[in-house]
Amino acid sequence: MRYLVLAYGDRSKMEKLTKEQFAALVARCKVHDEELKRSGHLVSADSLEWDCVAIRPRGGKPTVTDGPYAELREQVGGLILIEARDLNEAVRIASLHPAAHLGEELGWGIELRPIAAGCHQ
Amino acid sequence: MKETLDALWRSDGRAIRATLARLLGDLDLAEEALHDAFAAALEAWPRDGVPANARAWLVSTGRFRAIDALRRRARFDVALAELATRIDTEEAAPSGAAGDDPLADDSLRLIFLCCHPELPEEAQIALTLREVCGLATEEIARAFLVAPAAMAQRIVRAKARLRERRVAFELPDRAELPARLDAVLRVVYLVFNEGYFASSGATLDRADLAAEAIRLARLLAELLPDPEANGLLALLLLHDARRAARVDAAGDLVPLEEQERSKFDRVAIAEGVSRLEHALAARRFGPYTLQAAIAAVHAEAPSSAATDWTQLVGLYELLRRVEPSTVVELNRAAALAMRDGPAAGLARLDELLAGGELDHYAPAHAARADCLRRLGRNAEARAAYEQACGLSKQEPERRFFERRLRELGAEPTTSRGS
Repeated sequence: MRYLVLAYGDRSKMEKLTKEQFAALVARCKVHDEELKRSGHLVSADSLEWDCVAIRPRGGKPTVTDGPYAELREQVGGLILIEARDLNEAVRIASLHPAAHLGEELGWGIELRPIAAGCHQ
Repeated sequence: MKETLDALWRSDGRAIRATLARLLGDLDLAEEALHDAFAAALEAWPRDGVPANARAWLVSTGRFRAIDALRRRARFDVALAELATRIDTEEAAPSGAAGDDPLADDSLRLIFLCCHPELPEEAQIALTLREVCGLATEEIARAFLVAPAAMAQRIVRAKARLRERRVAFELPDRAELPARLDAVLRVVYLVFNEGYFASSGATLDRADLAAEAIRLARLLAELLPDPEANGLLALLLLHDARRAARVDAAGDLVPLEEQERSKFDRVAIAEGVSRLEHALAARRFGPYTLQAAIAAVHAEAPSSAATDWTQLVGLYELLRRVEPSTVVELNRAAALAMRDGPAAGLARLDELLAGGELDHYAPAHAARADCLRRLGRNAEARAAYEQACGLSKQEPERRFFERRLRELGAEPTTSRGS
């Protein structure tokens, strides 16, 4: 079964990092990223640009605004798809992601969502 | 090669996982090691051929891959380097414990670990179902009518607790065993129940779960001479023996009095009865042994009419003393209705239902409906079956009640298609 891993982070805090701080963070992430890749459960892994556009229905028509859909402190910064036999295995795999180990002060964290078999009820 | 590995996964996966759990001292590491071992086999075996001792190869490979993983992760967690060294230098063979099949002992170690008193009972059940029986979190969640995320959390917390308390992967010593066994038997019973009579959904049972429970029960009965272990095994075998007769070709429920006794598995009944006799010889009549005795009376009876209902009422009386519950009272009432006739049965059932506890229990209303039907009080019988219908969460059970309604000339209010 497939599961979606959303990696969150606080954009404003992250943008305050110096180039060196950011490079150091990336270096620390590498170890974890490798573990995730070696697990054999990774379907895809991508980082997301902070720039975003929201599109909502207004009077039945798509209305475009810039900025995230919801104004939260943390926004999604990474999108990973994993394959696991069940939710607990997915937890174990998702826990390999750097955002589960690092970036506490940057609001890093993971949301794990099972991918539904059919449509939402 | 994929088929070979799939077959090996099904037949040996759980045993290998149990051995890895002992070697690595951690359930998550064991799960990862198991996955890695099979991945390695998929890569190496097409090239090098299937090894003579495939199980041993997988265990050994899983262990080495785990050590490698820990050494890699020591880069961000130094404690893991120590763990890696410890696993590397420790004896791979199990300490003490006799048994010709060390892997069987590891499965038992694992079940005792999962049913450890450090864990709340619901966690014991969840952990056993997942780690020993190999059920998916989502399946276990469905069985307990709990959200998958909540079940996942329960399992995560259980594993964390075992780690924190440094619970050893060892069989309990002989003194501790009986108490620890209680929890294990309860879990096995629940697994069988889920397989034999799924708590909700379209199909009546899941043969794989029932078979798994029987396998576990047999392992327990063989390792431990406790009469209740034999009693439980007997009970499961006797229930399972009637599997083919319980359901007709359309997947509909066949009531006991209509079951084709020729479809009963006589071999399973023979083994069940033999195990029961073993259990009874100890003269300590535990609840599983008593339930097995009840099942044996049914299984051995040549027909429903020729069933020894007097003996059954007596057995239910013993059972309610040992393990009082309203469900036992209900089943006794149903036996009473057969021994003394529907009027007596109805009186007892009305008494029980007045207590309120069985109000939302479909079989209680169905039992009442059956008595009313046999008394020719059709309108009341229909009303009772309607109630049972409304309360049933099981498709085949509901269809059975609807069938009874049709036989009584009613149009079921919750009619389904063909």
